[in-house]
Amino acid sequence: MADIRKIRSAKKMRDIMTTYYLDALTASENGKQVAWITSGGPVEPLLAMDIIPVYPENHGAMIGAAKMGQDLFTKAEEMGYSSDICSYAAADIACAVVKGGPLGGLPKPDMLVCCNNICGTVVKWYEIQARYFDVPLFLLDTPVCHTEYTSEIATYVRDQVDEYVEFLEEHTGRKLDHDRMEQVGRLSVRGQELWQQVLNTTTHRPSPMSAFDAFFFLALIVTLRGTQTAVDFYTELLAEMEERTREGIGIIAQEDHRILWDNLPVWHQLKWLSGKFADHNACLVADTYTSAWCGSLKYIDPDNFLDSLAQAYTRIYLNIGLDQMADQVLQMIDHYQADGLVMHSNRSCKPYSFGQMDIAQRVREKTGIPVTLLEADMTDPRKFSRAQADTRIDAFMEMVQQRNS
Amino acid sequence: MKELLAFHQAVNDPRGAALAASGDPIGYLCSYAPEELIHSAGFHPHRLFPGQAEISLADNHLQPYCCHLLRGILEDGLSGRLDYIHGMVFPHTCDAVQRVSDIWRLNIPQAFFTDVGMPTKLKAKSARRYMTLVLSRFKAELEDAADMEITPERLGESIRLYNGIRRHLTALYALKSDHPHILSGEDLSTVVRATMIMDRETALEHLASLAARLKEAAAERPPTTAKRILITGSVCDTPDIYSLIEAAGGSVVGDDLCTGQRWFQGLVPEDLPPLEGLVSRYLDRYICPAKHLDPIARRDRLIQLIQTHRADGVVFLRLKFCDPHAFDYPHLVQTLEEVGLPHLLVETGRMDESREQLATRLETFTEMI
Repeated sequence: MADIRKIRSAKKMRDIMTTYYLDALTASENGKQVAWITSGGPVEPLLAMDIIPVYPENHGAMIGAAKMGQDLFTKAEEMGYSSDICSYAAADIACAVVKGGPLGGLPKPDMLVCCNNICGTVVKWYEIQARYFDVPLFLLDTPVCHTEYTSEIATYVRDQVDEYVEFLEEHTGRKLDHDRMEQVGRLSVRGQELWQQVLNTTTHRPSPMSAFDAFFFLALIVTLRGTQTAVDFYTELLAEMEERTREGIGIIAQEDHRILWDNLPVWHQLKWLSGKFADHNACLVADTYTSAWCGSLKYIDPDNFLDSLAQAYTRIYLNIGLDQMADQVLQMIDHYQADGLVMHSNRSCKPYSFGQMDIAQRVREKTGIPVTLLEADMTDPRKFSRAQADTRIDAFMEMVQQRNS
Repeated sequence: MKELLAFHQAVNDPRGAALAASGDPIGYLCSYAPEELIHSAGFHPHRLFPGQAEISLADNHLQPYCCHLLRGILEDGLSGRLDYIHGMVFPHTCDAVQRVSDIWRLNIPQAFFTDVGMPTKLKAKSARRYMTLVLSRFKAELEDAADMEITPERLGESIRLYNGIRRHLTALYALKSDHPHILSGEDLSTVVRATMIMDRETALEHLASLAARLKEAAAERPPTTAKRILITGSVCDTPDIYSLIEAAGGSVVGDDLCTGQRWFQGLVPEDLPPLEGLVSRYLDRYICPAKHLDPIARRDRLIQLIQTHRADGVVFLRLKFCDPHAFDYPHLVQTLEEVGLPHLLVETGRMDESREQLATRLETFTEMI
């Protein structure tokens, strides 16, 4: 049984990621420039300029999943960083100095591109790396759309897209090729559409994959968005998921309950958590995190990529008001027919976690489904108690079962 | 000193001070609130500090890993203790404030509410243009709420008032820096915080009499041998840190605090059109670490402050869970070590260090200088 359930594309994806990191690590030998960029940043102009993008957040996730954070957090604290700061940032800041983690450190950046649509933390983090590596930093400042995407915000971000291109042209000594830009833009849109379609397959019962798989397969839409590689891979993954839905192959043996997950994964507890929910015959069918890389597709105009980039990158899930976030959660509950909502209260991520209780309240009022908050941290195991989580999940699943019976 | 009385009263009774002020109070939490605009619309800009209440209602909205300032102010808002304020203004600064703004808007009904989407980066041409647009929108919202037009003349008057306040506070800081013994650190901190709370015209008058009185005192008193300390951090929520430093043989001669020089430093140029003048000050003033100027802006500022105030040592006042300051801390410490200046970290908003322990650490620190 176990073999049928296993997703075949996983191996291919590992190979692609290995190749990607090898290319990035050998960039300077091959005369290529490397830019570090935040996970929610507009990578497409980098690809169009033939710069290799590297994502410290993806690296942070790898460190978390490999349970290699401990030494790095200790190092960061020795350097004077508080144990309360974002654990991705702490791991990366320490890793740059000690060359630790699964890759022995990321390739040295030639420039840094930071977009604060996901948080203000990345601004501080990238300032630190700009000092450490003594390289130029570009900040794409995407003001929060608390209630609307105002004309001022639209003007400001569009102005900065031009400043971004000027920055890249200055630091590569090359001009942006607009045909290439358009081609990358189309590939980015296609990749995001395919990723959305992959995520949509979990509306099927039983779900062919779970959020735990989405956490894994997400890596390509983050790191290789805008490439043919990502488009080809997600085409294959989608075909595999469609095959599974046709044949009725679920990701867990018995799917009685369907759960929506909120916030980043708890990278160091993926195995335990997936086992825990599976024991309750519960499948995490969707999450608010992995869908963030296709959530603003509706704002992108492939025929006018640079202009529409401003809106698409500004109006992402974390950069809007809590009421709009709650509406999106409610839509997902309906779309994926979720029976319960688990919210990871993530000590590392304040913009994602503060306000969760308000969203939870709205979900309870509008749908009546059980909601629980799970205290943890995406990479730092010291901020997680398995015993406490165990009790909490049991209690939550009991409520879900009662409501479903 | 009788000139200090009004300031102490305002800090001890913010509600009373707000109600005594001219105009309906509009609450705000940070030094990026465009106060001249609020004032020119006939409202009273009123900075909020957390009351002493135990957190209970706010626990249903904000996790314990949010700073206690925001949790405390939210508690006050939810409990109705701030029912005297007419509205709230949230300029964009840190991630926590960003979400508290939403929580406030969705849970605390008030006549006026707005987010002022200040840019995070301040150096780019695009940011100047955007700041102008954002302040224009805010001005229109205030005009709508007050049902009046904010003419350039009215705004100009508010700017002159605020510049007057800033000149007095700058002069007070200079006096305190030159003659550390003329006023306790806690008193000076109270004066600044009270000025944010009370009617601004009244504050200006009190500041003028205080400045005059202190100038006399400065001439009369002999110099002190206290160690010269600079404080840097976010909001000073521990006013007795000043008396502890003084008891340990030090004196605070300057600061880089949101409740200190960051609030009043830099005048609005009066020769520019008023809105342009405001934009100019915001882009040029001492930055909060939640803003981005360039990667070394805060280091340069710290060095400049140390030189200006001839500081012998630096105390970092770090609010527990305040990320922007926590990220800057190691770099600023490294800067101090390069120039060989002693420094001490005091983390506030946590209960695991007693007043006695802190007093001992401060004594050791001043002895080291």
